[in-house]
Amino acid sequence: MPLLKPDPTFYPSPRLAMQAPPEKHAFVAALTPPGSKLNDALLVLDLDPDSRSYGQQVGEVTMPEFGDELHHFGWNACSSALCPYAPHPHVERRYLVVPGLRSSRIHIIDTKPNPRKPKIVKVIEPEEVFARANYSRPHTIHCGPEGIYVSAFGAPNGDGPGGIFMLDCETFEILGQWEMDRGPQFLHYDFWWHLGFDTLLSSEWGTPNMIENGLQPDLLLASKYGHQMHVWDLRRRRHIQALDLGKEQQMVLEMRPAHNPTKAYGFVGVVVSLKDLSASVWLWHRNDGAWDLKKVIEIPAEPADPANLPPMLKDFKAVPPLVSDINLSLDDKFLYVSCWGTGEFLQYDVSDPFNPKKTGSVRIGGIVNRTSHPKKPNQPLSGGPQMVEVSRDGKRVYFTNSLYAAWDEQFYPDGVGSWMAKLEADPQGGIRFDENFFVENSDYRVHQIRLEGGDSSSDSFCFP
Amino acid sequence: MSGLWPWLTLFGLGAFHGINPAMGWLFAVGLGLQEQKRIAVLRALPPIALGHALSIATIIAAVLLARVTVPPFDLKIAAAAILFAFGLYRLFRSRHPNWVGMRVGFGDLTLWSFVMASAHGAGLMLIPLFLKSAPQTLAPHTGPMALHMHSTCGLGFANFNTPSLLTSSVAVHTLGYLLVTGVVAMLVYEKLGVGMLRRAWFNVDLFWTLALIATGVLILFL
Repeated sequence: MPLLKPDPTFYPSPRLAMQAPPEKHAFVAALTPPGSKLNDALLVLDLDPDSRSYGQQVGEVTMPEFGDELHHFGWNACSSALCPYAPHPHVERRYLVVPGLRSSRIHIIDTKPNPRKPKIVKVIEPEEVFARANYSRPHTIHCGPEGIYVSAFGAPNGDGPGGIFMLDCETFEILGQWEMDRGPQFLHYDFWWHLGFDTLLSSEWGTPNMIENGLQPDLLLASKYGHQMHVWDLRRRRHIQALDLGKEQQMVLEMRPAHNPTKAYGFVGVVVSLKDLSASVWLWHRNDGAWDLKKVIEIPAEPADPANLPPMLKDFKAVPPLVSDINLSLDDKFLYVSCWGTGEFLQYDVSDPFNPKKTGSVRIGGIVNRTSHPKKPNQPLSGGPQMVEVSRDGKRVYFTNSLYAAWDEQFYPDGVGSWMAKLEADPQGGIRFDENFFVENSDYRVHQIRLEGGDSSSDSFCFP
Repeated sequence: MSGLWPWLTLFGLGAFHGINPAMGWLFAVGLGLQEQKRIAVLRALPPIALGHALSIATIIAAVLLARVTVPPFDLKIAAAAILFAFGLYRLFRSRHPNWVGMRVGFGDLTLWSFVMASAHGAGLMLIPLFLKSAPQTLAPHTGPMALHMHSTCGLGFANFNTPSLLTSSVAVHTLGYLLVTGVVAMLVYEKLGVGMLRRAWFNVDLFWTLALIATGVLILFL
């Protein structure tokens, strides 16, 4: 039923969304590691520091079929419902759209009335995704002003092209491929937009066949993984520009456009440079009507004893930072960068997006360092900072530790583990661990985190 | 004095349409905020008003034409059925346009406003005014629609020259619409800010839909 007033979690602008109350729950995608016989699940964690079960799992919903590989997910509706050209603010932010990355099965999960008892209300079977979208491996979800956008890594047979398809935000029917004209675009990973500029941008990883059996060193050394971004006309659904970062920049992943719709810039993370194993963050920006790229952060590889490195990295005598996820606070002020290889988590002040300033760093896990969490100082940790989510007010940062099931063991051969940590972020800059928050899980690997009511990568806004 | 009521009703319904954020003022505010210029708000108003005017003009013209060719009773039943069906459809399945964005020119905005007004049945709400009127027999109503219903019962436009009725009624309605759209847009842009949407954006659509159904029922009793 439609609401009488706008959903209270919708905010016209990112500035107003920062005044939202602190989140009470997190929903976390939980996938079973290779060899497990369990089905995947969506976990509910208690984030209220005043609660007795703070930092503990308080709910769980198990997927109906085996082998989904839950990864990323998102809401049926968000603040973009207030956008003035397609207003429909009386829908509820209520359902999570949770794809299985490997199975291509999409689950619609109702988080009301009790967020601790989510229920699956609809399952879209893989065959339907293949038939109606001609895509497979659904991944990132964004709630747009006119429906739900879903990214997909490839075609049903596992080759390219990957792209975007749409779901109806009320019936969850698959509406079909989004692109009218994809131009030269073939590889796909993430996408997001600048609603104020009617522009969508997308990034590149690899086709399902290039990634599902592990990272393929021959493809990597031949620069076959993605190294481009694509700019699209959001209204006309047409490719308008390809932006090449250079062939040595391999795997252009998470994209974080400025939340302020009057700003036409954003950040994208690159996993590894073949030149020196460094990782980088690039700024895209509009320059005289066209779009341009500039590398604004470079994080060097750290020298390491080959004895401490997995077989794939021994010859390089260094551990690559492997920037796998980034996140931008709602005021567009702080950029967070996960270095999954070195186990470093960085905070940059990006008030001047062309000149980021490093304002904070913590270490946890890491291929070589195995840094422990302050709550369990004697326990070395596998994995590193990876999927990161920032609270709407920008004061709390959460992250989990695994990358992608088929790749985790290539970098952490003795097991990647499964944990989630929380940082307190100082509004003036600086980050530190919340020593009371450290969640481990023995059954599942935890992946993307969504905060109840919205977070810094769930909503888009039409007003500054 | 009674001859004034239909005009006031048209003007009032224009104002009622104008106050709905989905009908234009919010888009004007959004464009102003995007460009960070007051002039962008003002520039958006003429095409938005034009699109609305074209939408309601289409419906009024259709009714006036039908009044010449269709027997009054059939017309009444048909109009009631259309309103009723449209209202029910909107109640259970409210789609919104998905072809437009924030970089819009005069033509885009005109078309957008035309589509929004048409899709919400703005013109349909005016139909009772243009059906041949019957003697006033209904009991007084209460509630917000009372004025509307009361005035349409006995005081529709029955005896006007058709072309001049069309132009003047579109003009009067659009004036009411534009006035409210413009004033609310400027007020929100200059003073209130879009934060008020969170508190004040009541589900006008729901109310609007019920109004359409009520209008459909009302026609049957005209």
